[in-house]
Amino acid sequence: MNERLWELLTDSFWQILIPGLTMTIPLTVISFALAMVIAVVVALFQFANIQGLKQVARFYIWVIRGTPLLVQLFLVFYGLPDIGIVFDPFPAAVIVFSINEDAYCAETMRAALEAVPVGQIEAGRCVGMSCLQIMRRIVLPQAFRTAFPPLSNSLIAMVKDTSLASNITVTEMLMTTRQIISRTYETLPLYCVVGVIYLLFSTVLTKLQRVGEKRLSSYGAQKE
Amino acid sequence: MLEVRSIQKSFGGTPVLRDVSLTVAKGDVVAIVGPSGSGKTTLLRCLNFLETADGGEMTFDGETFRFGHVAKRDIARIRRKTAFVFQSYNLFRNKTALQNVTEGLIVARKVPRARAEETGMRMLEKVGMADRRDAYPSQLSGGQQQRVAIARALATDPEIIYFDEPTSALDPELTGEVLAVMRQLADEGMTMLVVTHEMSFARNVSNRVVFMENGVVVEAAPAREFFDHPREARTRAFLRTFGARADMGAD
Repeated sequence: MNERLWELLTDSFWQILIPGLTMTIPLTVISFALAMVIAVVVALFQFANIQGLKQVARFYIWVIRGTPLLVQLFLVFYGLPDIGIVFDPFPAAVIVFSINEDAYCAETMRAALEAVPVGQIEAGRCVGMSCLQIMRRIVLPQAFRTAFPPLSNSLIAMVKDTSLASNITVTEMLMTTRQIISRTYETLPLYCVVGVIYLLFSTVLTKLQRVGEKRLSSYGAQKE
Repeated sequence: MLEVRSIQKSFGGTPVLRDVSLTVAKGDVVAIVGPSGSGKTTLLRCLNFLETADGGEMTFDGETFRFGHVAKRDIARIRRKTAFVFQSYNLFRNKTALQNVTEGLIVARKVPRARAEETGMRMLEKVGMADRRDAYPSQLSGGQQQRVAIARALATDPEIIYFDEPTSALDPELTGEVLAVMRQLADEGMTMLVVTHEMSFARNVSNRVVFMENGVVVEAAPAREFFDHPREARTRAFLRTFGARADMGAD
């Protein structure tokens, strides 16, 4: 390999990694955290069978899951300004990613909540706990255990999906890569570099998932 | 201490309880026996409001309630004075043995942690599970789980404990360890209402037996009388199928 190309690759690795750390990761972490909070609420609306709210939740999930993420990004960033609602690129990305991710996580959480045996709730009632106490101390912890692997899956998918934010001028890793390519014309090597960095991020998350699952499994392989 | 009058319950138009009445005095151990589908479990679940009965009344601890018209507040109050042991144990899967026992004290009754744990350990000792205090339910055998569940029921110092077929999910060896604990409670004067298929328990531990079939009480009598001189033909037929006579000298 010639020296000039090697130098370009190592230089660009760091140049691309920096927006990874300052854009991709914050975008993922903030969006996912927001998504999780709303997802639990949306899942609980359905689990608790609160009429009205349940229908709203179903409608929301139907719309968000049924439309492409890229269309949602364009709609918020390029579309909403038409009616006077203007967001900066980063906040627009956070809004779209959290709302989008939320629809998927809410479904995961709903399934996990429904997987908690009804006997757990009955036992809670019989020892005198209130509905809220049962939810907080018995049902949600068990549901999180069940939901942890699919939620980790969603998180890893989301890291990669943040590359779509380059389309609304967020200077994350893919955007930076394109800028370097437009200067150097080294298309193939540079897309390889950015691919490797995404792979690194995913690998770290996969490891974290494994550690997390080990921690959570302390109360046992769930029998039955 | 507990009197149930004409309780009724249907599931989707099918009557499961038709006018069942029942009295439990303080210190009584009442066994409810009968074939599957006779409404025994439903009766127990209605008494603790896990199911809502369609009609009838209940007098508990001097207060009378009409089923279907009991306020949430009253349900919570009654539940704090009762305990329930399930056929499938229903231990909290995300809590250790000790946490299972203390949960109702710390969370529902606001007992300080240290005192709750002291009570919890005493109860675990009573059922012979103190050495497994930190084990999770999935790490315990069925019999051990049911003993922890009994400790959980005892911890809140209930006036009556409802047992819903507590040994039906256990093999004979494990059944023995659970029945031994229940017998000990009976000896200590605990008031218990026990749905069971264990005729030897009904005969030797309970002082009264209620025989239910098709949602009605066929016969209710003191245990000895029930097994030695059953009045109803249906009772005799039931006891024969169970081979209860073979149990007579047992234990």
